[in-house]
Amino acid sequence: MSSFWSAWIIIISLGSVFGCWWLLYATRKSQTSNTETEETTGHTYDGIEELDNPLPKWWFYMFLATIFFGLAYYALYPGLGSYPGLLGWTSTNQWEQEVEEADAEYGPIFAAFAEKSVEDLSKDPAALKVGQRLFANNCAICHGSTARGSLGFPNLTDSDWLYGGSADAIKQTIGHGRNGNMPAKGLNPAMSKSDIDDLTNYLLAFSNRAEDKASSERGAAMFQTACAACHGADAKGNLAMGAPNLTDNVWLYGGTPSMIKQTIEFGRAGVMPAHNELLGEEKVHVLSAYIYSLSQGK
Amino acid sequence: MSANIPVKNIDPSPKKKPEETTIDLYASRKKIYVKEITGVFQRIRTASLWLLMSMYFIFCWVSINGEQLIYFDIPGRKFHLFGETFWPQDFVLLSWLLIICAFGLFFITSLFGRIWCGYTCPQTVWTFIFMWAEEKVEGSRNKRIKLDKAPNDASKTLKKVIKHSIWLLIAFATGLTFVGYFYPIRELVVDFFSFNFIGGWAYFWILFFTAATYINAGWLREQVCLYMCPYARFQSVMFDKDTMVVSYNPNRGEPRGSRKKSADPKQAGLGDCVDCGMCVQVCPTGIDIRDGLQYECIGCALCIDACDQIMDKMNYPKGLISYSTENSLEGKQSHLVRPKSVGYGLMLLFMIASVIYGVTSRVPLGLDVIKDRGALYQLTGMGLVENSYTLKVINMSDQPREFELAVTGIEGLSISTETRFTVNSGEVYSLPTSIEVDPANMTQTNHDIEFVVIANDDKSVKATSDSRFLGPLSY
Repeated sequence: MSSFWSAWIIIISLGSVFGCWWLLYATRKSQTSNTETEETTGHTYDGIEELDNPLPKWWFYMFLATIFFGLAYYALYPGLGSYPGLLGWTSTNQWEQEVEEADAEYGPIFAAFAEKSVEDLSKDPAALKVGQRLFANNCAICHGSTARGSLGFPNLTDSDWLYGGSADAIKQTIGHGRNGNMPAKGLNPAMSKSDIDDLTNYLLAFSNRAEDKASSERGAAMFQTACAACHGADAKGNLAMGAPNLTDNVWLYGGTPSMIKQTIEFGRAGVMPAHNELLGEEKVHVLSAYIYSLSQGK
Repeated sequence: MSANIPVKNIDPSPKKKPEETTIDLYASRKKIYVKEITGVFQRIRTASLWLLMSMYFIFCWVSINGEQLIYFDIPGRKFHLFGETFWPQDFVLLSWLLIICAFGLFFITSLFGRIWCGYTCPQTVWTFIFMWAEEKVEGSRNKRIKLDKAPNDASKTLKKVIKHSIWLLIAFATGLTFVGYFYPIRELVVDFFSFNFIGGWAYFWILFFTAATYINAGWLREQVCLYMCPYARFQSVMFDKDTMVVSYNPNRGEPRGSRKKSADPKQAGLGDCVDCGMCVQVCPTGIDIRDGLQYECIGCALCIDACDQIMDKMNYPKGLISYSTENSLEGKQSHLVRPKSVGYGLMLLFMIASVIYGVTSRVPLGLDVIKDRGALYQLTGMGLVENSYTLKVINMSDQPREFELAVTGIEGLSISTETRFTVNSGEVYSLPTSIEVDPANMTQTNHDIEFVVIANDDKSVKATSDSRFLGPLSY
């Protein structure tokens, strides 16, 4: 805030307070008595006259008290332009203080959870309730509140994992994030439209949806040169790279022919943000247990 | 040669201004000394005072099923009233209750004026208790006036100290009891005197209500009714010519004047009012009822009791000051049953009936459905349309229950997550739910659906909540 605007605010704020004070004193008027009189203000409504009798004194003092309160508030808190106030209060301070209080209150609970392994924690109903709430607040916006994902966001309740469904892999994914990258046209930038159609037919053949057998055989050959490096020669994917299994019927970016074509032609880039610095490791630990529990028995 | 040179003052003589004292517009309160009086209305008030006070001081000590009769558990977000537990979800009942209180007040006011103020308002009740204590310590009205005028000496100081100690004691009992409706009183009393509080809030509130009681009933008294009370400001709206208010009958009383008891007022050309000033001396708001109805009047009828005593002594008929209506003072017929009173009465009955219905038809189960933000819908691998929701199921009964979830609205709608779950007593259970349907069954992109949660052990405990099911445009 420039010093001009700071001064501008200070003048208006203090001016209002002192304006109230001045008004209070300026409207005291000369009377010949300080008791109830028959003097009127000159207002009449429907023949009812407004008397002009003195206010109770304690009201007057209460008014003064509010003025002093206002001045004290201006002195203690930041209100006058860029003046920071005696207490040094800021909203950031207050937020940090409240976070500290919350950590002091809930810290022991998370510390107790942190001592257990993810596998054990995934059988602890109390931890799962906490995990479910953490999930609703931090993950559900992309993965859905039932963790079933949607277009571009993986389903976390099935047994199909891009980076592995072990407790450690899940914890790694949540804590450190993932950057999935499917390059456009794979390793073959010279891929033509008809090549893409062939590839698509090859992939649809896994779920018996291929329309043209010859085309899907051409696609199989193309797959080995352009795609197999990541997705594997058998197209079963690669957990180390996060390359999806293309032989099952789980499609992160849609399994219709047109969507598969789009994925091949333009590539895909999926980002799972790292949550260790956002939530802290203890909460990530509890979340991992919750996610781990969702896919058990699937 | 020492003669002075005559001088002449040629300054313009100042214009004589009339003397005008400048006085602040703000006036100090004049202390009102209320004379103690006995009579039929004072007896009624004493009875109501005892009843209300015993309710106030005893209710918090009574327990049923191990719970206080009235206990507002603010941290736990629950109100325990007469064995029923009310949740924040029942707040609509509280608003109805407050509306009933308001209409009850309107109804009574339109019939009998400020009867609430005079007999049952806490401000009046505690003020009367404090005045009783004052009377006991400092003596009658005249003695009190004298005492205040007297110079400070040991006996005056002692009296004042005793009086304020009694006041503070009553105020403290009031404050402690008040907090006892928000904090278990048995623990509170023990904790308070053993300085065993976690945090100082209970102390703060006890002292706050002690101070508030002491200041309101001890020092402010009628000022509350005159300057602070909102009801006092708008009650005149409910008055009409048929409202029973405390009124002086000028036709009978005027012209007022003192006379011997033996004198015949008719011959002296006087009315029945002997101008003894008793009605002014007993008035807790310090008005003269003989000036007609004023907004300060709280309808306490002390002046009626006072005047009736005097009329008795003079062997005149009672009722020079009485509860009567403007119409009857003018010699017209007054009507108890009139559009206003009937209207208020019917409204009141209707609302009381709705609250009784609301309380009795309450189900100890709450259901809120929150549709997922983010994706509007998903398509599953099987080609079905799927929507996700978070259900909040609240079990308000006092035992854990097993519930069953169902959903209706579209042909073939099915829940793909768990539908049977157990919720502990007082728990808000959060249940992520996905429901799916064949897109062929969707006639539009946006269907209304309804979730139903039913307790397995008691089918009457059920809650429903509406939501939306979204799908793709038909393809």
